[in-house]
Amino acid sequence: MRLFDLVRFAFGAIFAHPMRSVLTSLGVVIGVAAVVMMTSIGVGASQRISGAIGSLGTNLIIVTPAFQRPGVVSQGAGSGLTLKDADAAAIGRIDGVAAVAPVVRGQAQLSADGANWSTGIQGVTPEYVAARDLTIASGRMFDDRDTRQGRKVMVVGPTVARQLWGEADPVGKRVRVKTVPFEVVGVLESKGSAGLGQDQDDVVLAPLSAVRSRVLGRRIRADAVQTIFVKATNADDLDRVQEDVTDLVRELHRIKPGEDDDFQTQNMASILAASQAALATFTVLLAAVAGVSLVVGGVGIMNIMLVAVTERTREIGLRMAVGARRNDILIQFALEAVVLSLVGGLIGLAIGALGSIGIAKLGQWPSAVPPWSGPLALGFSTLVGLIFGAYPSWRAARLDPIEALRRE
Amino acid sequence: MIEIRDLRKVYIMGDEEVGALAGADLSIERGEYVAVIGPSGSGKSTLMNILGGLDRPTSGGYRFEGEDVGGFGDNALADFRRRRIGFVFQSFQLLPRLTALQNVELPMVYGGVPGPERRERATELLERVGLGARKGHRPTQLSGGQQQRVAIARSLANRPDLLLADEPTGALDTHTSEEILKLFGELNADGLTLVIVTHDPDVASEARRRIAFRDGLIVSDDHGQGGPGGARA
Repeated sequence: MRLFDLVRFAFGAIFAHPMRSVLTSLGVVIGVAAVVMMTSIGVGASQRISGAIGSLGTNLIIVTPAFQRPGVVSQGAGSGLTLKDADAAAIGRIDGVAAVAPVVRGQAQLSADGANWSTGIQGVTPEYVAARDLTIASGRMFDDRDTRQGRKVMVVGPTVARQLWGEADPVGKRVRVKTVPFEVVGVLESKGSAGLGQDQDDVVLAPLSAVRSRVLGRRIRADAVQTIFVKATNADDLDRVQEDVTDLVRELHRIKPGEDDDFQTQNMASILAASQAALATFTVLLAAVAGVSLVVGGVGIMNIMLVAVTERTREIGLRMAVGARRNDILIQFALEAVVLSLVGGLIGLAIGALGSIGIAKLGQWPSAVPPWSGPLALGFSTLVGLIFGAYPSWRAARLDPIEALRRE
Repeated sequence: MIEIRDLRKVYIMGDEEVGALAGADLSIERGEYVAVIGPSGSGKSTLMNILGGLDRPTSGGYRFEGEDVGGFGDNALADFRRRRIGFVFQSFQLLPRLTALQNVELPMVYGGVPGPERRERATELLERVGLGARKGHRPTQLSGGQQQRVAIARSLANRPDLLLADEPTGALDTHTSEEILKLFGELNADGLTLVIVTHDPDVASEARRRIAFRDGLIVSDDHGQGGPGGARA
């Protein structure tokens, strides 16, 4: 007995009932297509999110005021802002800190040369560029002298520049924030739009003091800061620097041991790791749900194989009479189940891959089908065929040849 | 070639034991043409199933060319059927999906004969039974007599030592039956050992030896008359 002949028998039986075989495989087609699509959605989303987080800078520590519980008696505007300029200055002296950037944020309506654009305006120090790995595309970043002199200058993101001035170079142009005139001194290099649903190029940077007094006004204390970005010199040092920052700020805020912090620190590496872990769980969950349909497909194969064994009882008896061993019968029927499942798996893989590419286009994530999904899908469909073909094949092989030949 | 000593077969049907063979002794020599006759339920089909290695005796000895077939396991019995035995059934038992040629090839597939050799031999066998022109036909496209010829060609595929036929003409008309019996006569003349189970006296009269069964026992073993072209009842 040769394997080739057994494979031939399996295909012969499958082609004897083309419609039935197609419908039987359909369950596996759908199951495999679903698994392939779900995993590639998970992987694509994960790559996109890690790309977005990575573009924020990975050896970055973000210090923010502690989360304020809502519903507590209102303490007045800006009372939640526990961080101050002095905290940022002190953090800058910690060993291993490359750059510190205190930030305040506001929303502003910009108007220039008849064009209007509403965007977020960030009050920053000159060090912000270094802390956030930004590049100035043209012009310059404002410096300490600009800040000291209280000059109303700004650096704009490419999106803002395009909205207000089109293709023209905005350096030297005047722009009004509400009614206050600012001068554009520089344009940022594009960071790309791969943000978390927000355009990182739609931004305006201006000196901290100018934003506090001219944009935020009374809503913020004169030395309050919303966020402090701390860039570590070395990514390996990140945890140690984070601890030092925490200890230092606790000391500055006179927080006694055992008391809760009135601020929090996060580092981008752990945010990245946490989001990756969450997405991996999510992907496994999606794949598991899709896997259920693969199991349902397997049950369909088992059902049809049991029908086939009943229908072909006489054939089994005859094959035994002319000298087939029980194992020959077992392998023949198991192969039939595996071929049904594997062909379904191949078609499902093709449909799943095409679907994934389509979904990736819609969702704008980088890579569509992970390369391991091919072997995985085919491996799983073979396994499904073996598992669900096992019982019908065993039934076929256990038949008594005399009884089987007598069956009508 | 065949030695049977005190062969017994008991079936368990529900709570009852039904004796199909109650102690048969028989020996058959190479080249014999034997008809096994008897009413239904007499044990003749059970004998044939045991002779062909489809069934095992409950007790007693069955030796084929000195081998203790009665003690074989499943795989040994399958190999025994494939190498030693050719079966011809009343209902032909051809696989409907396969062509005549493929049906004849089937035992050789299990024998591991390579494809080209298989097709060559199957073609020769179909020509031998007068169906050389029909090898591409499926069973439904053939008459009953033609189907039984294909089945006979199939039974010869692995050059068996013994051909077992169970009511081979039971589903055929008189004229076709005579043709099939003529073919059996020729095969026996070529040296093939034949055992035919039948209750048709015409068929039995073709054989050179008639063994009659009743209630699981051999009641007569007639070597005398008959033989191909011999006296008819």
